[in-house]
Amino acid sequence: MKKTVLDFWVGLFVAAGLAALLFLALRVGSMSGFDAAKSYTVQAEFNNIGGLKIRAPVKSAGVVVGRVTDIRFDSTMYEAVVELRLGSEYRFPADTSAAIMTSGLLGEQYIALEAGGDEKMLSDGDKLKITQGAVVLEDLIGQFLYSKGEEGAAAPPPAESAP
Amino acid sequence: MLDGIAAILRRMGARTINSIWRLGLATRFFFLTLMYSGPSFRRFHLVIKEIFSSGVLSLVIILVSGLFVGMVLGLQGYETLQTYGAEESLGVLVSLSLVRELGPVVAALLFASRAGSAITAEIGLMKATEQISALEMMAVDPIARVVAPRFWGAVISMPLLAALFSAMGIFGGYLVGVVLIGVDEGAFWSQMQAAVDFQEDILNGVIKSVVFGGVVTVIALYEGYDAPPTAEGVSRATTRTVVTSSLAVLAWDFVLTSFMFRGV
Repeated sequence: MKKTVLDFWVGLFVAAGLAALLFLALRVGSMSGFDAAKSYTVQAEFNNIGGLKIRAPVKSAGVVVGRVTDIRFDSTMYEAVVELRLGSEYRFPADTSAAIMTSGLLGEQYIALEAGGDEKMLSDGDKLKITQGAVVLEDLIGQFLYSKGEEGAAAPPPAESAP
Repeated sequence: MLDGIAAILRRMGARTINSIWRLGLATRFFFLTLMYSGPSFRRFHLVIKEIFSSGVLSLVIILVSGLFVGMVLGLQGYETLQTYGAEESLGVLVSLSLVRELGPVVAALLFASRAGSAITAEIGLMKATEQISALEMMAVDPIARVVAPRFWGAVISMPLLAALFSAMGIFGGYLVGVVLIGVDEGAFWSQMQAAVDFQEDILNGVIKSVVFGGVVTVIALYEGYDAPPTAEGVSRATTRTVVTSSLAVLAWDFVLTSFMFRGV
């Protein structure tokens, strides 16, 4: 085969391959967005993080504004320390609260930020003071059963009162 | 009785020693290929020729099978996801399974049978017709002139082929899921984008396919180079290439996957 024809086909092949990679990178996947240059990190302590994972989304009003970058256990406070990286175009008041929520009944867990009313804004390295940990389904069921049990104890059992 | 057991043990021992020998020789061969790779980058048209014969000529089979694998994934995935009312996640299912596993692995298996067997047969015949000896007579190192360009051509082609396979498969899944069945198009793409990470999924898939390309080609080249210079020898070597490299791809896939995705 002539060299120019061969070069043409190989060039076409490489270009198509790179285009496929680009398609995968841009259309199928998302570049991990929030790079260090255009973001800031804040910390939040939770009593229970449930099934929260690293790279879980941080949402405010349902919009993804950042990602969870690190989860540690603080062995003096016995609490989970979660590091959030937020895009620098999203500014939040200093008294913003964080809660761990679940999307849907069985969906993934994410952190929801609720803006406060402070005039000071959060900056890099700050700590979120108001937090609400994950709701544990077992606790809820336990509470429910417990309250049902109390109801049962308050009312006299009808079977025994019969002669 | 005792003689029979001794004979069996002897045969087992001979097999083990033989396979360790072959493994060692193949490893030495691999390092020799790497050592003599310099000339093939200085004379890059040799590599381009090999990209053509192993990459461009494999395009049709890769694209067509990618499309069909994606379409089947779309159909089967829809069937299963529908029972949980989660058919919007079809895009996630199709793209993650293609980008992480099926793209690199199936493309490598096809590559082994399409290009690997051709490489073995070509080099085996070169040896049988004494072209390799002729090169040595002319003081041209056959590893630098024949083996290394083929190795690099395949290593460059493989990730491109795998990416094309995955892209084509996702297109196939889109065709079946969105166009044919009628899954919501916005949910299909947006859930896919939310779930697929560039580093975690796509880059790891590319790394896998580069490794598979290297594994398949080293096996194909070694089998060709090592084949007895007879018609029967070359045919056996070609068969061995396809079997060994397919098994090697699957084994390496497990090893790489266990390093890349620990389910964090």
